[in-house]
Amino acid sequence: MTFDQILFYVFSFWFIASSLAMIFSRNAAKAVLFLILSFFSAASIWILLEAEFLAITLILVYVGAVMVLFLFVIKMLNIDKSTLRAKFAGYLPLGLIVAAIIIAEMTLVLGGNQFGLDVVAAPARHGADYSNITVLAMQLYTTYVYPFELAAVLLLIAIIAAITLVHRNELNRKKQSISEQVDVQAKDRVRIVSIASSSKEAK
Amino acid sequence: MVSLSDYLILSAIIFCIGLVGIFVNRTNIITLLMCVELILVAVNTNFIAFSHFLGNEAGQIFVFFILTVAAAEVAIGLAILTLLFRNKGTINVDVTNSLKG
Repeated sequence: MTFDQILFYVFSFWFIASSLAMIFSRNAAKAVLFLILSFFSAASIWILLEAEFLAITLILVYVGAVMVLFLFVIKMLNIDKSTLRAKFAGYLPLGLIVAAIIIAEMTLVLGGNQFGLDVVAAPARHGADYSNITVLAMQLYTTYVYPFELAAVLLLIAIIAAITLVHRNELNRKKQSISEQVDVQAKDRVRIVSIASSSKEAK
Repeated sequence: MVSLSDYLILSAIIFCIGLVGIFVNRTNIITLLMCVELILVAVNTNFIAFSHFLGNEAGQIFVFFILTVAAAEVAIGLAILTLLFRNKGTINVDVTNSLKG
């Protein structure tokens, strides 16, 4: 067993174990922590596949931003744990049967006969001067520049949609009313009061 | 050496774990979203494995876009979740049946 295989099986073990712990944990915050562990294992496997940029992106974007967002929402909502797991046992056998059938079928299709080393040979490792980021950037900014711009627009739409959804109505907000400002008359702003000047007798 | 089929079977197992998670946690929307993330990571592992073994970088570009779409999906999903909790007081899926679909 080569060192590559040892690393692959260690990372796969943690990937599968933490994913199972994630779906069976009763506490949503613990589930997020297990999901973070499984993302780390996935990033390690991606580094074994020489996709360094995407592995770092997975850790920075997913663990750093998305999972923290999940934790924020879980802490903010204060969910009652007892009501959420009422029908736990009812769907578990069906789910396990479906999953076992899918895994068996996929193992038959994707097994060593079709995708083994003698069919798809493992490519030679790149040298130390190989830059994954340079290769990806050459593709991303030439061939795929239009989908790249579309992805940026998609993120902008997501920002606007998320803010619009959770934005409360103007309860305590001070805002301008342009029509009232334009419509204003001099008598609305200035009031002329005639005050009698004091006389010497009054003193 | 690790063969392509090892990576593909690993991502099939992770995909099925995410699927079982959707079956098991079907009342909790937060865990449902997390299971969808797990399924997406399994699919991304497939893309990267094929990209590595076939020597074509287009698969990694695709993973880049999938990550973008997944981040947008999570942001909007959690916003809807917050809105649901504000209006209903719970995030139980069984309560959110006002559309009568």
